[in-house]
Amino acid sequence: MIKVAIRNLSLYYDNFQALKEINLDVVSNEILGVIGPANSGKSSLLRAINRLYEIDYARITGRILLDNEDIFDLTINDLRRRVGLIFATPVVLPGSIYKNMSYGPKLHSKFRKGELDEIVFNALRAANLWDEVKDRLYDSASRLSGGQQQRLCIARTLAMHPEVIMMDEPCSGLDPVSTAKIEATMLDLKENYTFIFVTNNTKQAARIATRTAFFLSGELIEIDSSEKVFTNPQDPRTDDYISGRFG
Amino acid sequence: MKDKITEKLLLFIAFSAILSLLLITFFIFQQGVPLIFKAGLQNFFSLKWAPTKGGFGILSMIVGSLMVTTGALAVGVPFGLACAIYLAEFSSSAFQKTLKPIIELLAGIPSVVYGFIGIVILIPFIRETFGGPGFSVLAASIVLGIMILPTIVSISYDALMSVPSTYRDGSLALGATRWQTVVMCLIPAARSGIVASIILGMGRAIGETMAVIMIAGNALKVPGSILDSVRTLTSTIALELGYAAGDHRAALFACGSFLFLIIIILNIIAIRVTGRK
Amino acid sequence: MTLRIGPRTNQIIAYVILLLMTIVTIVVLFFIIGFVFKNGLGQLSLEFLTDKTREMGREGGIFPSIVGTFFVTIFAIVIATPLGVGSAVYLVEYTRGGVIRRIISFGADCLAGVPSIIFGLFGFIFFVIQLNLGWSIVSGGLTLAVMILPTIIRTSEEAIKAVPHTYREISYSLGGGKLDTILKVVLPTSLPGILTGIILGIGRAVGETAAVIFTAGSSLGIPTSLFSSTRTLAVHFYILAREGISMPKAYGTATVLIIIILIVNFVAYRLMHRFIARYY
Repeated sequence: MIKVAIRNLSLYYDNFQALKEINLDVVSNEILGVIGPANSGKSSLLRAINRLYEIDYARITGRILLDNEDIFDLTINDLRRRVGLIFATPVVLPGSIYKNMSYGPKLHSKFRKGELDEIVFNALRAANLWDEVKDRLYDSASRLSGGQQQRLCIARTLAMHPEVIMMDEPCSGLDPVSTAKIEATMLDLKENYTFIFVTNNTKQAARIATRTAFFLSGELIEIDSSEKVFTNPQDPRTDDYISGRFG
Repeated sequence: MKDKITEKLLLFIAFSAILSLLLITFFIFQQGVPLIFKAGLQNFFSLKWAPTKGGFGILSMIVGSLMVTTGALAVGVPFGLACAIYLAEFSSSAFQKTLKPIIELLAGIPSVVYGFIGIVILIPFIRETFGGPGFSVLAASIVLGIMILPTIVSISYDALMSVPSTYRDGSLALGATRWQTVVMCLIPAARSGIVASIILGMGRAIGETMAVIMIAGNALKVPGSILDSVRTLTSTIALELGYAAGDHRAALFACGSFLFLIIIILNIIAIRVTGRK
Repeated sequence: MTLRIGPRTNQIIAYVILLLMTIVTIVVLFFIIGFVFKNGLGQLSLEFLTDKTREMGREGGIFPSIVGTFFVTIFAIVIATPLGVGSAVYLVEYTRGGVIRRIISFGADCLAGVPSIIFGLFGFIFFVIQLNLGWSIVSGGLTLAVMILPTIIRTSEEAIKAVPHTYREISYSLGGGKLDTILKVVLPTSLPGILTGIILGIGRAVGETAAVIFTAGSSLGIPTSLFSSTRTLAVHFYILAREGISMPKAYGTATVLIIIILIVNFVAYRLMHRFIARYY
């Protein structure tokens, strides 16, 4: 079943075209890895899907469908609740861990205290962070380590009950142990969510992505099951990138 | 929806600054300019200031303002630049951190206090050492110079600090001493900021009122030497507005119009020079 | 025979001169404050601070002026803060280069350079006469509000600009709208910086004389309403000093004035540092 359908998507920053007529389907409950060299449009793709490109004063042509509904027919709040985005550098909002977690949900509805606590608890547990922070929920979030902060960002997104989780180089700058924890979390959550993640680390895509898409200079070159892409790519450019002949 | 309302509301609020500026311009000119036409340019730029008798000449005051401002720059610029250069290039960051608030404190002292100190300490000193009434161009220059110091120091300091360190490193790598680097490389690079600081300092000096009233003497003639008493445009306005009426009051607004015009021109030049976006 | 001074010697000479000039500057500041305090601290007593002004200032205390200064300043802040912060929010959050931004910035920058006597002229003709508000706290407060507006706009703009862009992105990604993001993320984060600007504005307002004397007047009674005329501390000091009414009282008033300014600067300075320490 197709969760997100992208049709003829082009994205422009002023006169620069960052994405060129992209056609791509994201399957429900898959982990889609997006690889490619710098400036290939990978991040722009993510920012198009949740309409975040609008705050960069960019514009798009083409259509994006979420569960067969055009994303422009949804309210932007609704879209961003259903499609979460986690950034490369874990940035925690100023305030306590609890405050970080409750910021999102409070934007959308009013809660009684107990309900909010439960949402926070569930999200932190799903992100594999609960055990490490349960005793310091009201401490400043900036005191957490890099890996913990990134899992907090994941938890923060999970608290919104999204359907699609997008991650832009989620493990860049993290040590291997933290990276492994995050990758394990993604695999745990796959049953209930659809993941799209961008990475500069092709090995990471090979490790956890169901399918992998290769982008180059704003174009989608190839998309297939990860096994196929990494062992027997169709396009010579894909092969060159994966084998490190350029990057 | 609420986002749209907010945007319109904020746009409206954001125009308050420019609106105030326009209001000020309008009212000052509305009160002052008709008088300039009524008196005629020859009268307005003559040496005779006797507004109750039809003499509306502001020339002696223009000269006064010019002399005092030049004097202030002569005092303030060397000291100000020296401090800025010392802070930016020759002192430790600990020293800089202690000094910056001190400079800002200097800027915060009210002008009336400066004037007062001038009266109590500087005037007697000048009178005894150099003769003359003490209330003089010299006194005003010294006090005004001190008053514009913080402006020159902080803007020049920022200008010097924002020169990319590659310039500094490159010059030193070629074997220049730090002082040579400062003179031949950094000051030229920070030139526009330094010039802007001087222009803004000039604007402050021209516009200063209270301190000048207290120590410049306010005699209505063109000073013959720096030990003579002097009156500036600002002093005249402040001294006479309290009891002026009719044409006299309009003449004071005319002074204000002239002053305002000069200041706006200086500001535009300063903004141009720094290229502030 | 000419004396050749090598670059190293040049540098030493330059260094010494620069250092001396810097020291002179510091000494001047401490001297000014020290001199006023030396002669004025003796005047400070509870009586001086709470007594009515008598005999045109020759006797009594400065209580009316303290009250007057307080109200004029508060009034100015209450008007200037929403206008200033609002302008800054608009500049940072809603413009991106372009004509509107340049117009607003130009207005603020020029306003910042207008001398206080011009504000005095303007306030006099506009608030006192045209709007018929008379010499009053309202007239004085409105005039001062326009004077400190650029200060608040500038510092607020810097503070809001300093909020990392990612904070905004996170808020938007979680579904927040622009207003939500500004109110719940941007403003709380930039609050210390904004407060610093407000406090600096207070400092400027308290020391102002030329703009206030022609708008709030110089009445010596304790103000009874916002439309009462009042004599602020700075104006009172000016009159005492210039008319030679009472040197001791003048020193006392100046001391109070400087102490207020010192407190204001100190608070602003500490706030700034807590701001930097917390978020960087």
